[in-house]
Amino acid sequence: MVEMDQIEADQSAIFKPTAEKAMVLHLQHLLGDAISEAAIAGDQIILRTTPSALVNMLTSLRDDVVASFNQLTDLTAVDYPDRPERFEMVYQLLSMKNNMRMRVLMAVDEGQAVPSIVGLFSSANWAEREVWDMFGIFFSGHPDLRRLLTDYGFEGHPLRKDFPLTGNVEVRYDDTMRRVVNEPVSLVQEFRDFDFLSPWEGMQNQIDSGPADKSGKSE
Amino acid sequence: MAEMQIKPITMNFGPQHPAAHGVLRLVLEMDGEVIERADPHVGLLHRGTEKLIEHKTYLQALPYFDRLDYVSPMNQEHAWALAIEKSLGIIVPRRAQFIRVLFCEIGRILNHLLNLTTFAIDVGAMTPLLWGFEEREQLMGFYERACGARLHAAYFRPGGVHQDLPDGLLDEISQWAAKFPSFIDDLEMLLTDNRIFKQRTVDIGVISEEDALDLAMTGPCLRASGIAWDLRKSQPYDVYSELDFDVPIGKTGDCYARYLVRIEEMRQSLRIIDQCISMMPQGSVLAKNNKVTPPKRGEMKNSMEALIHHFKLYTEGFHVPEGDSYTAVEAPKGEFGVYLVADGSNRPYRCKIRAPGFYFMAAMDHLSRGHMLADSVAIIGSLDVVFGEIDR
Repeated sequence: MVEMDQIEADQSAIFKPTAEKAMVLHLQHLLGDAISEAAIAGDQIILRTTPSALVNMLTSLRDDVVASFNQLTDLTAVDYPDRPERFEMVYQLLSMKNNMRMRVLMAVDEGQAVPSIVGLFSSANWAEREVWDMFGIFFSGHPDLRRLLTDYGFEGHPLRKDFPLTGNVEVRYDDTMRRVVNEPVSLVQEFRDFDFLSPWEGMQNQIDSGPADKSGKSE
Repeated sequence: MAEMQIKPITMNFGPQHPAAHGVLRLVLEMDGEVIERADPHVGLLHRGTEKLIEHKTYLQALPYFDRLDYVSPMNQEHAWALAIEKSLGIIVPRRAQFIRVLFCEIGRILNHLLNLTTFAIDVGAMTPLLWGFEEREQLMGFYERACGARLHAAYFRPGGVHQDLPDGLLDEISQWAAKFPSFIDDLEMLLTDNRIFKQRTVDIGVISEEDALDLAMTGPCLRASGIAWDLRKSQPYDVYSELDFDVPIGKTGDCYARYLVRIEEMRQSLRIIDQCISMMPQGSVLAKNNKVTPPKRGEMKNSMEALIHHFKLYTEGFHVPEGDSYTAVEAPKGEFGVYLVADGSNRPYRCKIRAPGFYFMAAMDHLSRGHMLADSVAIIGSLDVVFGEIDR
């Protein structure tokens, strides 16, 4: 009898009729294998998928009468250099009908093309351009994949973790050439990136590397 | 005479043009005076905020949010503070919640005053700007009284607000709020039934409901298209759920509807301000958790522990547990969201800022096609864009 109670309790925990859980069950039924992982964090649903299943999945999420995630609020990427598949795409969806938010995550490797979803959500147009600009993730089928935020002729992808905070070039107006020129960055003082993980030892890397670098340059 | 085929003219608008509301370079392909395609070149104000935030502690990253949409700074700090509080599970004292909501609504009026009046000057009305800035000056005075800065406030902190309000400020705000409706009436007298203003805005830049959703419009631009969606109502944060206010909805989705929605939002913000002042409880304004919020200056004079907390907090900062979260607030322009990825250290691993203006600007091509050149100015004005948040 005790066991039965426990099973019932467990089941009610799984099938507790919150709207998010019901939605996840519905989506798992609807999308099947397209969802490789599903979780609920707070009041938001997190789904994980693969590039090949992405477009069909987002189409179903948008057009399904129950789900109707009809607004792509935002789209971005995160860089994890240590992972086998370097980037993680993040799609933020909103269903006004259910007053529910969802995040679709997807691992993408460097150089791997991601299917563009501009045909599904027009708002993805600039968002994908920004991701291309900042991370160098290519979107296949995008109508106009140009850089968005960086300067004309800029090289590199600034939000990658291996891109230096100070950048590689700086611009100034050259009086003799009468135009703006790009030059390698030269800083009077190095960017001081204090590692305060422990305040007692935070200065250690500054003390170690600081003078050694200077002596290295002067020799 | 044989018909001649005329090549479309490509025209450059900006990047230094007063009607572009900042540094916007708009490349327009024109057929005579009709816009065939608009290609906004943004990023001239790009400062790498997201990259900089990755290199700062959570507390040091907060002032960057003032510098995004510099017309309503505190609303954006709110999103950052809420994102951190959600990850850390901090409960904010009630007085702090009321102060935050109060100043968010002041920020909303600040923003709408700037937008509506500059919108008016874009389409040819000079006076509203001069009047509106006088009011903004008073509101920024309130900002300054509360936190010491007129624009870059850094006032909302994870766990509450930095300092309690000075004596008498609430009375002054409520005196101002009593007088402000007559200012809105004056503003409406100048614009709402003005023949020239209506000729320039009615039926210009129409967004249908479907397009508004598809283009990720939020805030007044979404509501002007007839969709009743306001995060203060649908996903309330802080004390918004206890307050009584209405959400104005437009019908036509054109520039004029966006104007009307913002005018009414200012009146609703006044209602919220009045309620906040009358309901404001006494008490502390920062959560009592010295791992996240600094101890009082007085305590530090006597308590060694408080001194250590203060030192640790302003060097190492606090650690946010591993995980990601998306937090959105209803900023004056629309949904302002923060997607925060924490790796358990004292710095954000990634912080994506979802700025409402970014998607407004992306919709510019859709909105201005088939309109005259002069209408593009009206459309930019009605969209309410600030390049600090678009370029980030």
